Amino acid sequence: MKRTLLPALTAGVLALTAITASAAEPLKIGISAEPYPPFTYKGADGDWTGFEVELGLALCEAMQADCAITPTGWGGIFPALDSGKIDMIMNSLSITDKRKKVIDFTDPYYYTPGAYVAAKDADFAIPDGLDGKVLGVQGATTNASYARRALADSGVEIKIYDRQEQANRDLLAGRVDTILADKIAMTEFVKRDAARDYEIRATAPRHKAFGEGVGIGLRQDDDALREDLDAAIARVIDDGTCASLSQKYFETDICGG
Amino acid sequence: MDFSWLTDPFYQRYLWTGFVNTLWLVAVSGSLGLALAVGVALAQIRGPRPLALLVRGFTTVIRGTPLLVQLFFFYDGVGRLLPAIPGVQESLLWPLLRDPFFYGALTFTLSVGAYSGEVIRGALLSVPPGELAAGRAFGLSRWQILYRLWLPRGIQMCLPTLTGEMILLLKSVPLVSTIALMDLLKAANLVRDETFLVYEPLLLIAGIYLAMTLVLTAGMRLVETRFPGARPARSRRRRLLPG
Repeated sequence: MKRTLLPALTAGVLALTAITASAAEPLKIGISAEPYPPFTYKGADGDWTGFEVELGLALCEAMQADCAITPTGWGGIFPALDSGKIDMIMNSLSITDKRKKVIDFTDPYYYTPGAYVAAKDADFAIPDGLDGKVLGVQGATTNASYARRALADSGVEIKIYDRQEQANRDLLAGRVDTILADKIAMTEFVKRDAARDYEIRATAPRHKAFGEGVGIGLRQDDDALREDLDAAIARVIDDGTCASLSQKYFETDICGG
Repeated sequence: MDFSWLTDPFYQRYLWTGFVNTLWLVAVSGSLGLALAVGVALAQIRGPRPLALLVRGFTTVIRGTPLLVQLFFFYDGVGRLLPAIPGVQESLLWPLLRDPFFYGALTFTLSVGAYSGEVIRGALLSVPPGELAAGRAFGLSRWQILYRLWLPRGIQMCLPTLTGEMILLLKSVPLVSTIALMDLLKAANLVRDETFLVYEPLLLIAGIYLAMTLVLTAGMRLVETRFPGARPARSRRRRLLPG
């Protein structure tokens, strides 16, 4: 009985392996399941779109690879990369030394400074008059590390939010005096009707907390993919694909490191 | 296991702030909540009918809705409507009203008031009527009967349950990490987000919560044995028996 079954089993296993190998898995581009417009958000048709979604698909086209946008809860996105549920993190992930210890990065594909938003009639100077004021930042962002490093002695109280939207809402509700966040996101934010009494008051200077720009996060053993992506990033920057996407979403060119 | 981040003064400060905020939230909402709970219990037993009905409605709503929903209701709902009222932002109360701590403490106080109120109500109702009658026979006034006999006897009977309520309160505190208040979970999440270590900070705060629960339990045990009219704990009595 055993003798007859074993070859059949082996054949079956071999056949299964062949099937899995032949159906090439698409590269899974991990983005935050929490929308981060205009980088990643759901369009009117319910599909994910945005600057980074379109740029990611353009990169895949440049690499001639199959890709799938894979939304993942931000809190669990690093374990998801680690366990292979996604192959890359492409969601405004700033390149920092701390992160480099755990994951690999491609070359940067964009860089934006942090911007302070406050009420138009706010009577304090930024960043010099922040003493006793409350500043809202999103945790786990370079703006948060910049705020607590560069503003540690300014007397400002730093409130850390899970999501940028919460900080924005609390600014509008008067619970924080100013917020520090990505300039692009803030440019969008002050355009909203609800934020018409608010404006970008200052831009944070280039600081090591902001890192080298934004790159795609990869597993540390994925060197082949990193090299492919680096080449693809160089190509979409050189041929203007990135710049035109950037113009479309931000009315300015943020491509490059 | 990598705990090297514990030497970073930023993370130390976050964890310490988170710990202190947790303690304060438990202390403030625990004490205010228990005071409210006594009121909730008495209002339902002895209060005038409209008040009793109102309080019954309060406990039904608070116990019938998720704590997280209540927290969002007060912080995101009520808290965002307040600034629209003219003068609120200029008032002396504004620093309090803009602080997430206030909304956390408010939500937890109401929660403790409703849950523990029902516990205390049940306990008050189970005080033998004869004891109260004895008080009346001794010529105690209604007020004296309440705070010399009825309340101490009732609370003494439900102390172990109230200990449980306080532990539940402590373990509800991480909910405030969703309203931008620095608690232990938020501190752990920050460490996770910046170092990408998921388990180590969680293990650490789990240990801190466990330690806080043990201290809280020991403290309440002490209250139980010292409470007026408390009988010696059964285990101790058994130890005194031979064999």
